[in-house]
Amino acid sequence: MNPHNLMLIDPHIHMTSRTTDDYQRMREAGIVAIIEPAFWLGQPRTEVGSFKDYFSSLVGWERFRASQFGIKHYCTIGLNSKEANNEALAEQVMELLPLFVCKEGVVGIGEIGYDDQTPAEDRFFRAQLDLAREVGLPVQIHTPHRDKKAGTITSMEVCLEHGIAPHMVIVDHNNEETVRDVLDRGFWAAFTIYPNSKMGNERMVEVVKQYGSERIIVNSSADWGVSDPLSVPKTASLMLEKGISIEDVRKVCYQNALDAFGQSGQMSESDWLTPATVDQREKFSDNSILRGGQTPVVGEIKANNVLESNIVR
Amino acid sequence: MYQADINQAHSFLRDLISRVISTQGLEWLDQKVTLLSGEAAQAKDLYLSFSAAPRFVGKAKLELTEQDLQKAESIRAGFNPSNWTAAQAARTILILSVQHQNPEVYLQTIEKLFNTADMGELVALYAALPLIPHPEQFKKRAAEGVRTNMGDVFEAVALNNPYPADHMEEDAWNQMVLKTLFVGKPIYRIYGIEKRVNPKLARMLSDYAHERWAAGRTVSPELWRSVGPYLDDALLQDIKKLFAQPNELEREAAALACTQSTFAPAQELLNEYATLKERVSRGEITWDLIGNRLLQMN
Repeated sequence: MNPHNLMLIDPHIHMTSRTTDDYQRMREAGIVAIIEPAFWLGQPRTEVGSFKDYFSSLVGWERFRASQFGIKHYCTIGLNSKEANNEALAEQVMELLPLFVCKEGVVGIGEIGYDDQTPAEDRFFRAQLDLAREVGLPVQIHTPHRDKKAGTITSMEVCLEHGIAPHMVIVDHNNEETVRDVLDRGFWAAFTIYPNSKMGNERMVEVVKQYGSERIIVNSSADWGVSDPLSVPKTASLMLEKGISIEDVRKVCYQNALDAFGQSGQMSESDWLTPATVDQREKFSDNSILRGGQTPVVGEIKANNVLESNIVR
Repeated sequence: MYQADINQAHSFLRDLISRVISTQGLEWLDQKVTLLSGEAAQAKDLYLSFSAAPRFVGKAKLELTEQDLQKAESIRAGFNPSNWTAAQAARTILILSVQHQNPEVYLQTIEKLFNTADMGELVALYAALPLIPHPEQFKKRAAEGVRTNMGDVFEAVALNNPYPADHMEEDAWNQMVLKTLFVGKPIYRIYGIEKRVNPKLARMLSDYAHERWAAGRTVSPELWRSVGPYLDDALLQDIKKLFAQPNELEREAAALACTQSTFAPAQELLNEYATLKERVSRGEITWDLIGNRLLQMN
């Protein structure tokens, strides 16, 4: 699938809903890092504690789980637009956010924005933009499924209103109808390759052919629905097949995501290029227990038999 | 209320941090300490600074001299931050800086950090247990740390940490020792391992050895360290078996276990292995040496 051994990033994928098989296949397909935006879980939460544990798992267990497969896991933290409509709960979630947004590997506030474009969604979207500005983090925007074009434009205007610069905003789930407005305004335009709704691989190829590779980002948004955690590698492969240059593919499937979210100061290439020294501190470096395992996690290594397991049961 | 002088711990850790980070990082830390120890401090101030610490002070490993290690020991028996990072030390300073006069409020504050912690934060929090005020309130938390699936977090609570030996309940301690073996980590890094031996643990360890043998697996020679003091007729059978192993470290462990015992038949058994007995008495065989060699072989 990845004959050029390209390093790939999936900057939008809900691994909480995926299995270890997915992690293994993703690593084998060349994905070195992923970003998991905080979103809803398929049904609305009714207690603030559910949010707390969810956010905790994004910075804790899920990150650790990914590391066991040689994949660097980052996340964005935020209150999603759907659940912003439960205002009493949303207010409590807003109080939780300061506990999480400055944690290591949190590369943005997200995914936030509009769903039904209600006043409640607007209120909490704005509050979170202010938080993003306060802590200097990029914003990852979920654009609505319905009334998409207008919602996308409103999202960008509200960002500007709150003093967020376009280069700090990744506008997600674009399509042929929204991409021009997003790029023209200087925002990052991300595309979700999702089997039934959103984009298909072929259409993505056409978008890159038409708009080039500047500020365009590909992701899978794989989650609990019918979705594909290998969307990024598959799209990369199809692009190469259709004659898009390897340099352009590298940009839309790797470098642009890194540049956009790297603005958080929490994500850099050295995280996966330097040998897997994952918290060697605990491994007593005054002693020979520091052993092997220092192979860079690049190329075709198999997650399980090279990386030293750090799971205790 | 205190298990260590907080001011001393603070200035010691600050000194260690200052050697590996920039002055800006240190200024950031000092500002946060002032903010958190002040009367106007808000919960949010602690949350943001505690989680953001690596962004400002980095994660360089602390560099301790022999003198520093002695100083650590004098501040708190068993305290050994030689594997700590700057961020970890800074986080420790931050939680030592918040108001702690009211034990319940302090417990709630620290528990909130635990309950929302990422892996680096968990490591910092568990490793800080031997320094924090009101240590008796954190026994259940320490036991919870032993239940983790994350290797680094487990090491933070179990290894090179004097809190468990000083405060943990016996059942939790026993689980911790057994789990350390179970996950293949070094027993000799458990501070106070000798101090907390107990007959129940000796029995659990022997049972575990039997399980391993039944499955045709190896048994760590370090296992017998907490068995030796409780040798009786039944446990002595294990030691006899150990003496018959081809692995030299296991035979050494058998000799040490007998030496730890006041049970007369154990002494008689040891007399049958004059060379080993002689080497033990010369100090050439110790549990720490065995642990060290095992680690190097892995």
